[in-house]
Amino acid sequence: MVDFHGWSMPINYGSQISEHVCVRENCGIFDVSHMTILDFKGKDAEEFVRKLISNDVRKLNELYEGLYSAMLNDDGGVIDDLIAYKLENGYRLVVNCATRGEDLKWIATKARNYSVEMEERDDLSMVAIQGPNSSEVLSNCPAPIVRALESKKKQQGVYGNDMFATKTGYTGEAGFEVILPHDLAVGLWRNAIKAGAKPIGLGARDTLRLEAGMNLYGFEMDDSISPFECNMTWTVDFTDEDRNFFGKEALLRMEKESKQYELVGLMLEERAILRQGQKVYFDEEKNMEGTVTSGTYSPTLKKPIALARVPKIAAKSCYAEMRGKEVFAKIGSPRFIKEGKEIFKERI
Amino acid sequence: MSSASELRYLASHEWGRIDEEGILTVGISEHAQDLLGDIVFVELPDIGKELDAEEESAIVESVKAASDVYAPLSGEVIEINEKLLDEPEIVNSSPLEDGWFFKIKLNDSAAFESLMTEEEYNASCED
Repeated sequence: MVDFHGWSMPINYGSQISEHVCVRENCGIFDVSHMTILDFKGKDAEEFVRKLISNDVRKLNELYEGLYSAMLNDDGGVIDDLIAYKLENGYRLVVNCATRGEDLKWIATKARNYSVEMEERDDLSMVAIQGPNSSEVLSNCPAPIVRALESKKKQQGVYGNDMFATKTGYTGEAGFEVILPHDLAVGLWRNAIKAGAKPIGLGARDTLRLEAGMNLYGFEMDDSISPFECNMTWTVDFTDEDRNFFGKEALLRMEKESKQYELVGLMLEERAILRQGQKVYFDEEKNMEGTVTSGTYSPTLKKPIALARVPKIAAKSCYAEMRGKEVFAKIGSPRFIKEGKEIFKERI
Repeated sequence: MSSASELRYLASHEWGRIDEEGILTVGISEHAQDLLGDIVFVELPDIGKELDAEEESAIVESVKAASDVYAPLSGEVIEINEKLLDEPEIVNSSPLEDGWFFKIKLNDSAAFESLMTEEEYNASCED
């Protein structure tokens, strides 16, 4: 068990690799109650949320549907990444627990001129059920909400009997996330385990998201990194010209300048794992350098992979210096696995 | 004299087991493999390499971190456990037996007595 920002959480329940494989091949269950759940209500809730985050919640056609987004500071740096869900009378933002303090401070400052109430839902737990057999596992849980969820598409959700369930996740597999009162969470957990789900710790949560090419705050991005440099350009919506979200002006300035860095995937054929902060180079003179943001051994590919922020120079490979040796990596798309299959595209 | 099966330790979590010919088998402790988590790569020294006591001699890389493995005593590497190159998980499942790293012919087999006993090592882990 480790202290994860005030939450006592398991790195693994036995073996990180077997937990990882279990989610790719079968079904795993994660206690992600450390995530911070913020509900926004009031007359200006929509107006405020549209200002607060880089993606536009007007795109949410359905109730309980989710939208991945960044929350930016005035310089266009990422304060946090989050999922915004549409509620009956407002919006629910699920943000990171590591950034909770900064988020709440930022939101409190910015909400002053709006008629909006924010409630932190620490009365709720959050459980993720992920993997190719997640549907089967959930259908064996005696919760009527499950049937309603079956017909939904990715990112969509349902609400009933105090359970808020959505087809979202952090693994690259089919699956669900369920937000519910603590006592119901215990019941759901037990039923899912009975139905064949295995508990998954923080370690496998990290390697699963890395294989899926999903960002982790403090690694791929922080408040000095713009969405353009961390593969989050798609979460910035400029469509509505009248929507002046925080950070927009800074991003528009950056758009005019040439974007200098981008997030890429690295794949290694050598027995070395590139870890966060490791420098990578593209030529012998080391004229330019990039930085590894996350790296691990991919249990699915059985080789090392990494995400790195590198100069936009279309290089096909790079190298790192580790223990006095040069270690080479192929550069490609910042995603490796989707639904159990390799999707890494090497640059050619 | 210590018995043939007795393990002695370094505070940096290596164990050594000596035989009658003064050959020391080296591995990492149960506690070390537990701290490291799933081990994914092992790098071993070359056979014939002369190692000093507490010299970096191998590398063990887990899902969490890479760690150096130190030679408990000085001597020449005479055998390495090549099985670990393809099946590093053996270090997790059998750290004290099948998961040994390498064997060294000790320069001074009496030096074995200078290593920590299991009791001393366990106490050092609790600090």
